[in-house]
Amino acid sequence: MADRGVFAEQAMQYAPQLYAAALRLARNQADAEDLVQETFLKAYRGFGGFEEGSNLRAWLYRILTNNYINSYRSRQRRPDESDLADVEDLYLYRRLDQLEHALSSRSAEDQLLDLFTDDEVKSALEALPDAFRIPVLLADVEEFSYKEIAEMLDLPIGTVMSRLHRGRKAMHKQLYEFAVGQGLVQRTSETQPQ
Amino acid sequence: MADCNETLRELQTYLDGELGEEAKQLVDEHLFECTDCMQAFDFHAELKMVIVSKFKPGEMPTDLMAKIEACFGTDLLSGESASDAGNAGETADR
Repeated sequence: MADRGVFAEQAMQYAPQLYAAALRLARNQADAEDLVQETFLKAYRGFGGFEEGSNLRAWLYRILTNNYINSYRSRQRRPDESDLADVEDLYLYRRLDQLEHALSSRSAEDQLLDLFTDDEVKSALEALPDAFRIPVLLADVEEFSYKEIAEMLDLPIGTVMSRLHRGRKAMHKQLYEFAVGQGLVQRTSETQPQ
Repeated sequence: MADCNETLRELQTYLDGELGEEAKQLVDEHLFECTDCMQAFDFHAELKMVIVSKFKPGEMPTDLMAKIEACFGTDLLSGESASDAGNAGETADR
């Protein structure tokens, strides 16, 4: 990268995205603002370590997530629980079957959009331990590849995949609980056929 | 051709677009023949889109952009890291 001025200019375009990501990570505005400012300061000072031609956005997110993991998470006393109960495959899908038939005139996507509120989807994600929440955020909300996430979190790709897949399944189970809680679907018996 | 279990095992990786060419082809072949699996894949593809759509970013606080730019500005004027180290310290001590 030519110089700091050019770097600053290029990096600034990601400020709104980084702020949104920081808010999702830290869950409060004050920490999110600090997190973003620190990310830009670190990026600005360390821009020499940025490989020209590589993905600037991914590089900035790496600084952001590391900053969060190293300082904010401990401040918020969120332990790195790496345990999460296993959820069977297709948990939500099999249980929403009844709903699909009931509302089959509309597309499944529209049904799902209405079935869960923004807050429910957010809190289903919030409920995950950070070891799972962060990979899910990076993949599903920020749409990074497995490889990019592995580099950001300094984890083997296999670990990223496993946490991402398990985290999503736990999130789907939580969504199902919301739907049941709202009386939108009836709880199916635990002894599932198929 | 892959069976249902083998296919469903690859569901997330497939939908993430991360399955290798050969494995993807096996899944595609199975999905072409198997309506049940196809429906499950469809559902999860849609669920994925719905989840993303629930995370629309909020507005950035108006003064934050200026604060970030100020970090750069100070640094540019004073040349090296003395000033931004100071800033970082303040933020971290908050």
